[in-house]
Amino acid sequence: MRLPRWFHLLGSPPFVYGLAGRLVPWLRAIAIVLLLVGAYWGLAVAPPDRVQGEVYRILFLHPQVAYISMMAYVVMAVSAGIGFIWRIKLAHAVAVTAAPIGTTFTACALATGAIWGRPTWGTFWQWTDPRIMSETLLLFLFLGYLALRAAFDDRDKADRVSAILAVVGVVNVPIIHYSVIWWNSLHQGPSFMKLDKPSIAPEMLTPFLIMIAAFTVCFYWLLLNGLRGQIVERERDTRWVKQLVGGREA
Amino acid sequence: MELCARELAVWRGERCLFEGLDLTLGPSQLGLVVGANGSGKSTLLRVLAGLASATAGAVTWRGSKLEALPFEYRGDIAYRGHLDGLKRDLTVLENFRFHATIWRGRPEFDTLLEDVALTAVANVRVRHLSAGQQRRASLATLRLGTSKVWILDEPTTNLDTNGRGKVIAWIRTHLAAGGTAVVATHQPDELAQKGALVVEL
Amino acid sequence: MSAFGAIVRRDVRVALRRLSEAANPLLFFVIVATLFPLALSPNADELREVGVGVLWVSTLLSSLLALEGLFRADADDGSLEQLMLSPVPISVTVVAKIAAHWLMTILPLIALVPVLALSYSMPLAALPTMIGALLLATPTLSVLTALGAALTVSLRRGGTIVGLLVLPLTAPLLIFGTRATDFGLHDEPAAGPLYLLAAFAAFALALGPLAIGAALRVGVE
Repeated sequence: MRLPRWFHLLGSPPFVYGLAGRLVPWLRAIAIVLLLVGAYWGLAVAPPDRVQGEVYRILFLHPQVAYISMMAYVVMAVSAGIGFIWRIKLAHAVAVTAAPIGTTFTACALATGAIWGRPTWGTFWQWTDPRIMSETLLLFLFLGYLALRAAFDDRDKADRVSAILAVVGVVNVPIIHYSVIWWNSLHQGPSFMKLDKPSIAPEMLTPFLIMIAAFTVCFYWLLLNGLRGQIVERERDTRWVKQLVGGREA
Repeated sequence: MELCARELAVWRGERCLFEGLDLTLGPSQLGLVVGANGSGKSTLLRVLAGLASATAGAVTWRGSKLEALPFEYRGDIAYRGHLDGLKRDLTVLENFRFHATIWRGRPEFDTLLEDVALTAVANVRVRHLSAGQQRRASLATLRLGTSKVWILDEPTTNLDTNGRGKVIAWIRTHLAAGGTAVVATHQPDELAQKGALVVEL
Repeated sequence: MSAFGAIVRRDVRVALRRLSEAANPLLFFVIVATLFPLALSPNADELREVGVGVLWVSTLLSSLLALEGLFRADADDGSLEQLMLSPVPISVTVVAKIAAHWLMTILPLIALVPVLALSYSMPLAALPTMIGALLLATPTLSVLTALGAALTVSLRRGGTIVGLLVLPLTAPLLIFGTRATDFGLHDEPAAGPLYLLAAFAAFALALGPLAIGAALRVGVE
């Protein structure tokens, strides 16, 4: 089976480095524009909520950040898996770059969730909320991945071992999520569940979606930007990197 | 029935241990791996055994890549490195028995024990043996299996003259019976014979 | 099959010769379960409430202690790489080792649970469900801990991060195991969570050894 040319190019570090370099300024610009538009729309233009008042405006920040954190884990697990199975170093580089970004998004999701929880539920933390627990466990999975990587001196071993962990984690995330939902259903009635998924009024839907797009672009901007650094670091002994850096040949 | 390496390259971190290595060993062929300490002999042997992966290139046994050996070929390759592979809390005999079961070998322990002069300590736990005795026990298990390829990393270390002679004799017998051997050694002259392939790292 | 039996027998024999090492997780379990009442409250009713959770968490932690070094000894003396080269598939080796260690360390632990449960004023009637839930949950627990052990097998101080890697993955076991026990405590049917625990065990035993084998192959290099 002859693979298309772009497939091979995607495995070439100098090509990806160049491509990412060209994409990053665009992604950055789009992300900033979308963030500003979405933020303005969500904070200033959209009307206050009937039930929650002004506090609800975290709706334009928290779910998006949480959604991106889960997407980051999937990106990390899929690229780590690809790197493991087909032995593509660049895929491992993507996973390594995605991990700290995902961890930060997860931490932000938990923080914004707590900030939202205080005025709405009266408490910063709610053990019975399935999404808090899933997100917390996701944070631990990210931290475990980073800790495991850090424990290995040999980068190649670190890549492959953490890839196995990432893939096992991705299988577990839905299991954990549904376990906690079931557990929660025993403690609170279904009414609590409905509170989790409010139907969004159309005036709020647009900024909601804009912010999702904004954070998605933001994630990929950060990912491609970090990826370039990873590539240079991993390939620092090759000729093309040495030429790039402009140093003298050793 | 050949052990082939094609364009084998191994990098550890930023260091290239070797690259472009080609090797073919058939029945009754001996491969000697020589080189200074740290030159990558042990790594090469582990890659040939299938315990380590190469950065580039492939090793095949009987036409199949080592990572995907069909079930019938598993157990064809035996490896002895710096570690003995014996459980230190089991006796010599218990280790032999386990090895024979796992490697589908012949349970003929008495002659083997006599051969390596371990009859007296057959029921002693391995942790109580001397280094030389442990080495002899470890190498003796080679004769318990039916492996066609022996990959040995400096097998004669820790052995006295008798022991060394024994091991060399075993390797020669194995080769004469159609087996293949790859041996890393600092003393290639001990084993050198006509037709031996010397790999210098 | 004879290879599976041989590996189990070998591991059991080695464990019997290092009995003090096998007993450590058991002692840990008893000590932890004994410390909780000191930290919480000696009140019988309150203890009964927390007993289920305490015993389950203690089981989790003791299991971690028992299995985090599952492969390290074999990696250190070279017998792991010998097993990996042998005709025995790595999955068989993995399941055999997990089975041997479950028999030697987890089963005695489960046998101790009734004694500790009584000290927590738990009614006898609750015990069968609790034991059943533990018997169903601990195989999955062993597989997950074995995965952590395999991922860290080449690390000198691997034991410390195995907990961080494994414990988050054990959350569903904890949830369903404690719920099943609670149901048994209150005379409600516990079939639902028990079936789920059994399903987890089947899933873990089927797929876990593949991941564990892959991790061992990298670790042994």
